[in-house]
Amino acid sequence: MSLYILGMGNLSPQKTWEDETLLSQAFDYQNQTLTSIEPDYEQWIPQQQLRRMSRIIRMGVTAAKMALQDAGVDVPDAIITGTGYGCLADTNSFLIRMIENHEQALNPTPFMQSTHNTIGSQVALLLQCQGYNQTYTHESFSFESALLDALLHAQDNPSQRILVGGIDEITDLSHAIQSRFGIFRRVLRSSLDLFRKPGKGTVNGEGAAYFLLSAQRPERGRKVCLDGIKMLYKPTPEILAAETEQLLQAAGLRRQDVDFVLSGHSGDARLDAAAAAFCKAVLPWSSIGLFKHLSGEFPTAAAFALWLSTRIIEHHHVPDFVIYKDSSRPMRNILIYNPYFGTHHSLLLVRAC
Amino acid sequence: MSNAVHIVGTGVISAIGNTRAENFQSLQQGRSGIGRITLFDTAHRNTLPVGEVKLTNTILAYRTKLKKTSSRTTLLGLHAAREAVEQSGVRDLGSLRVGLISATTVGGMDRTENFFPAFLQDIMKGRLRDVVDHACGRSTERIADALGIRGFVTTINTACSSSVNAIQLGARLIAANQLDVVVAGGTDALTRFTLNGFNSLMILDPAPCRPFDAGRKGLNLGEGAGFVVLTSAALCAAEKLTPLATVSGFANTNDAFHQTASSPEGRGSFAAMEKALVMANLAPADINYINLHGTGTQNNDLSEGTAVKRLFDTALPPISSTKGYTGHTLGASGGIEAVYAVLALREQCVFPNLRFETPMPELGLVPQRTFERRPVKHVMSNSFGFGGNCSSIVLSNPV
Repeated sequence: MSLYILGMGNLSPQKTWEDETLLSQAFDYQNQTLTSIEPDYEQWIPQQQLRRMSRIIRMGVTAAKMALQDAGVDVPDAIITGTGYGCLADTNSFLIRMIENHEQALNPTPFMQSTHNTIGSQVALLLQCQGYNQTYTHESFSFESALLDALLHAQDNPSQRILVGGIDEITDLSHAIQSRFGIFRRVLRSSLDLFRKPGKGTVNGEGAAYFLLSAQRPERGRKVCLDGIKMLYKPTPEILAAETEQLLQAAGLRRQDVDFVLSGHSGDARLDAAAAAFCKAVLPWSSIGLFKHLSGEFPTAAAFALWLSTRIIEHHHVPDFVIYKDSSRPMRNILIYNPYFGTHHSLLLVRAC
Repeated sequence: MSNAVHIVGTGVISAIGNTRAENFQSLQQGRSGIGRITLFDTAHRNTLPVGEVKLTNTILAYRTKLKKTSSRTTLLGLHAAREAVEQSGVRDLGSLRVGLISATTVGGMDRTENFFPAFLQDIMKGRLRDVVDHACGRSTERIADALGIRGFVTTINTACSSSVNAIQLGARLIAANQLDVVVAGGTDALTRFTLNGFNSLMILDPAPCRPFDAGRKGLNLGEGAGFVVLTSAALCAAEKLTPLATVSGFANTNDAFHQTASSPEGRGSFAAMEKALVMANLAPADINYINLHGTGTQNNDLSEGTAVKRLFDTALPPISSTKGYTGHTLGASGGIEAVYAVLALREQCVFPNLRFETPMPELGLVPQRTFERRPVKHVMSNSFGFGGNCSSIVLSNPV
C-alpha cells in the first residue's frame, strides 16, 4: 500500500521552508552542533499560546502547521509523532530546579510539558483535533514507528489524512552529555567537510518535520508516495540484505530499480564503511547521496531524509553537495537507508507516483 | 478487525505483588500496597505515600539476571514481561516474527536524577553509566535483548495512556499479519522527578488515595510493570496455546482541551469508550466490568465519571479503580490493568474500589465495594493521560 504525501513542513539546520529551489545554498556549521533555522513563529502560532511553548514545541507545532498549509487542509484526522529524546529543555529545567530547590516550591509548567507526547498533544490542542493521537519514542525508530502506525491506520481508514512527524532538539546539556560518550567529532571546522575529512564520530543535529499522508491519491499534491517501511534492530548483513530485497519485492521492484540510495552515513569512518559495504553489495547500480552533513545526526533524522527525497523526486535533481556516487539515473525510486549508530537500521521506500 | 487477536500470557509486578498470583490475592483480599517511601531518597519521604514494588534493585537484578546498575524501569519491565512469556507457552521465539512494544514515561530517569547533581557542578562529572539508558527506548531494548526478541521493537509514550496504546499497536500488527507474537505493555519506576512533578501540580493525596469518592484529594504515585503476550487465533491453534482473553475492541482519541486537565464532560474519554465498543461490536449493556482510570484526582474522576455515566446510563456494570491498591503507575498502568482485566475474565470476578465512602455529589456513582464472583464476559479498561490522550480497550472471554 502507498501513502501519498499531501503536504510537508520541515524546520532543520538547512533552509527547508519557503524553499522554492531546493537547497540553493548549503548552510555550514563550525561547532559540531547543527541547529534549526527557525521562522518567525508569530506567523504560525497565536501569541498567547506561543508564550508558553518551549522551543521544541514551537518547532513541532510550526512544522505541523506548515505541512497542513502546504496540503491546503485545516485539520487532520490523526496525529502521530516520533521523538527520540522528547522535550529535553523542559525536562532539564524541571530536573535542575528540583535539585537546586531541594524538591521545594517547584513551578509545574516545565513538568507538564516534559512528557514526550506534549508535541503531538499541543498540535491536537491548537487544531482541536480529537482523532487518533500517538507518540513514539524509540531512538531512531521513533519517526519510522510513526510512519508504520500511519500505514496501519490508513489500511483501516483509507480516506483519512494523517499528520506524521519526527522531532528532536539539541540542548546545551544534552550536547554536553552526548559529547562525553565520544560520538561527535572533536575537530571539524566545517560541517560540510564531514564526509571529505574522515574521522571518528559524527555531528549533532536536530529538526522538526511533519508530513500529511493519505492512502487516497490526491487530485493535487506532491506526486510522491511512501511505499514501504522496515525497521531492523541489530540485523546481520545477511538479514539486512534479505529484508531490503523483501521490502522492494513487496512494492513490485527489483534491486536494480532503485535509482537513488539516500544513505544515513554519519561521518564516522568505521560506521560509514559498513554502510558503504551495504550499498555496494546490495544496491551496486544505484546513485548514492548523503544528508547528515546537512541535518546532523539525531534520532529522527530520517524525517529530514524523507523531506529531501520528496523534493529530489519533484525537482528531478540532486543538489551537488548531496551526491556521493552518480550513476546517472532518473529520480523515480529512492531508498532511504538509515543505519543509526550501527544498531538501528531503517529503510524507507519513496517513489514518484 | 478481520483476524481475532488473543492474549496468551500475562505478567505483572506492582505494589501489591511481584507476580500475577500475588497481585490477584491482594485484589481479592482488598490489601492495598500504598505506604511510605523506603527505596529512594527524597524530601517527601515522610509526607507522600506511594505504591512501591517491595523488591530492591539488587534483588530485581538478581532475579532478572540484569546488571545492578540497570534502570529500575528496565528491571521491573523484564520481571513482568518474562512472567508473561513464560505463561504464554510460546517457545522458540527465534523462529517466529516476534515483537516487543513497551511503554514508559520515565525511562531511565531514576538513574539520570542521580547523575545530575554532580554533572551540574561540573559537566565532566557524573557517571555516564547513570545516563546511558536515559532514553525511553533503551529500557525496551534491554528487555528485548534479554528475551531474545529482534523482530520488532518500539516504545510509546503518551503519558498515562501509554501501555494501552502499546497493546493496541501489538493487536493491529498481528491482525495485519506483520507479526506472529507481540509482547506488549508498559513499565515505570518511581522517581523523584515524577513525584515532585505531580506534587508541584498539587494533585498528590498526602493519605492513601480514594478514587471516585466525594472527598478524594488526589492520587498516589506507584510503580510497576504489566505485559501481555498477543498472538493470532491461527497461531494459537497451530501451536496449541491457550487463549486467556480476546482483544475485541479498542480506541485512541484526544480530548484536545488542556495540556494536563480533562474536559468537564470527558469528551475524549467518552469517544474512546464509545469507539472501542463499536469496534468490539458490543452495546454498553454487554460490558460486565469497567476498570476505571480512576486516579483519585478531582478532575479525572469527575470527568471520567461523567463520560461513563453518559455512555452507560442505565446499563452501568460494576465499575472500580484499582489505583487504590497500586497507586498510579503512569506508563505502566494500562498494562497492569489489562492484566487485571484478564484476571477478572479468568476468575469470573470483579475487584473492589478501595476506601470509597461517599459518591461524588455531581454523579452519584457507586463503584464496586467488595470482591465478588459473578459472570464476566467483557471487560473495559480505561487509561487517560496528560496531553489529552485517551485510550480504552475491551477484553473478552475467548470464543
